Amino acid sequence: MLATDATPQLTWDLARDVHQLFEFHFMVNAFRAGTVVAVVAAAIGWFVVLRQQTFAGHTLSVVGFPGAAGAIWLGVSATYGYFAFCIAAALVIALVPRGRGRAFSEESAVIGTIQAFALACGFLFASLYSGFLNGIDSLLFGSFLGITDGQVLTLLVVGAGALAVLIVIGRPLLFASVDADVASARGIPVRVLSVVFLVVLGVAVAEASQITGSLLVFALLVVPAAAAQRITSRPVVGFVGAIGLGLVITWLGLGLSYYADYPVGFWTTTVAFAIFLGAEIASRATRAALAARRPSPTVVGP
Amino acid sequence: MNPGLHVGSLLATGSGIADLFAHPFVRNALLAGTAIAAASGLVGYFVVLRSQVFSGDALSHVAFAGALGALAFGIDARVGLFAATILVGLGLGVLGRGGRADDVVIGTVFTWILGLGVLFLSIYTTSSSTGNGAANVNVLFGSIFGLSSGEATLAAVIGGVLCVAVLAIARPLLFASIDEAVATARGVPVRVLGIVFLGLVGVCAGEATQAVGALLLVGLVAAPAGAAQRLTSRPWVGLGLAAGLAVLALWVGVLVSYVDGDIPPSFAIMAAATAMYLLAYGAGRVRAARGSREATVPVSRPVPADAA
Repeated sequence: MLATDATPQLTWDLARDVHQLFEFHFMVNAFRAGTVVAVVAAAIGWFVVLRQQTFAGHTLSVVGFPGAAGAIWLGVSATYGYFAFCIAAALVIALVPRGRGRAFSEESAVIGTIQAFALACGFLFASLYSGFLNGIDSLLFGSFLGITDGQVLTLLVVGAGALAVLIVIGRPLLFASVDADVASARGIPVRVLSVVFLVVLGVAVAEASQITGSLLVFALLVVPAAAAQRITSRPVVGFVGAIGLGLVITWLGLGLSYYADYPVGFWTTTVAFAIFLGAEIASRATRAALAARRPSPTVVGP
Repeated sequence: MNPGLHVGSLLATGSGIADLFAHPFVRNALLAGTAIAAASGLVGYFVVLRSQVFSGDALSHVAFAGALGALAFGIDARVGLFAATILVGLGLGVLGRGGRADDVVIGTVFTWILGLGVLFLSIYTTSSSTGNGAANVNVLFGSIFGLSSGEATLAAVIGGVLCVAVLAIARPLLFASIDEAVATARGVPVRVLGIVFLGLVGVCAGEATQAVGALLLVGLVAAPAGAAQRLTSRPWVGLGLAAGLAVLALWVGVLVSYVDGDIPPSFAIMAAATAMYLLAYGAGRVRAARGSREATVPVSRPVPADAA
């Protein structure tokens, strides 16, 4: 797969190329961090897509930007800024009642406003911290370069924590996401679950932001899950598939940006878009083929 | 204008509001900003009503890619800006089901377009030696004080035309947004309206990018409109209120930024718009609580069809 997307600088000897890729320690760390982020983001993103909270997920990732800019302005590590702002924003979103139907969506207006205001705050902090304007790019669009061993460890620990919480609440959350009314009638604390989920999402997004930049978290959060859910309707297969696709996006993106001289943000999003397009076409083709073979609607299964 | 007075007022910057209009950059900002804000308020009212804030968000990222793409190829940033936002707006309308685009599809497309923007940014910054290092920041966060008088006039004219266009389709669009099924039955071209409207949102996104930047335009579109819908349930009053609040936010923002030069105008405008939304939210809550105590049913917004 790597070879078909290859640029002229690459040889056809895959083993040699991969060896070359890992020659530098920063690249090894980039792959380690990217792998952790891809798994966590795709796993949580699968629920984000199921619960139709993609806009909220995007907002949380955007809110990391003023957090980081503010932290740098105050002289604190950007990491604390990311976590503080993402979790705070998750709680704010959780407090707003979820709208049903599409006729009027208070939620999206609130989220849009929070998002723009947060970005404006980030811009204010960046302006106040004079000489920092050039750093805006790496905060917004990320940099896979210069990731330290310590950062990889932090990402791993926090990511594992977020995944652990997700595994604990996974089954009831799935139930609540698919049918909130029935779930709450069965005694599942739907509201509490949704708050916990948003906080987990905030944590995951905060750590991912530190690698991919605030604006491109979405490519690893939503696209793998959306593509997987277009290919299969079975939860477990879709969940694992989303993680797999997330890894493919990250690894290909990193590899391509190493060999071709364009930013990793461009390659990651391009691979993600290609995968989504492929999944969309595949799912339409499958549906068309099924419809042609069996006129009556049937459940797709083994 | 007396040049001596102009220099004097420049030196006195921050001393008061009186000499505000003596500065060409402030006049340009207010001229363009008023038209842009009014258009954003009107468009935003429908964007919020139709739950298409996410489309506006997507267009904001398209604006970034379009402007930087034009810069990368050595064209005026505004050409790329409007071409990208209008094309993608129409595209979202055509692709989306019934003229309303699917959130996941929009998100995926805009993420990729944002990636393209990053590509153009890297081409622009590495290839052009004459490149403006702050162009990237200007596109992302706006530079309303940096508008030349020609740019401001053009922006004001486009903003005015956009206002007229939105008002022209307002009646059928309102009908189609509130009850699509009945509107279709009555012969309103719902699908075409949806596509045309998203095209207008594209124009609005291109306009707003010049005032508050690609990343902040959603605030100018969503916050005043959201506040207006909180305050009144009457559509025409709401439309006027949304436009009025947006213009007010822009003026307050420009004034604050003028008085304190450390505060970027984009931030001040966003802060004013957000404060309005918060106030309207609080007012709506208080009124709803009072209304329910009096055992009346205040219809503060269209009831979603599946809420029953």
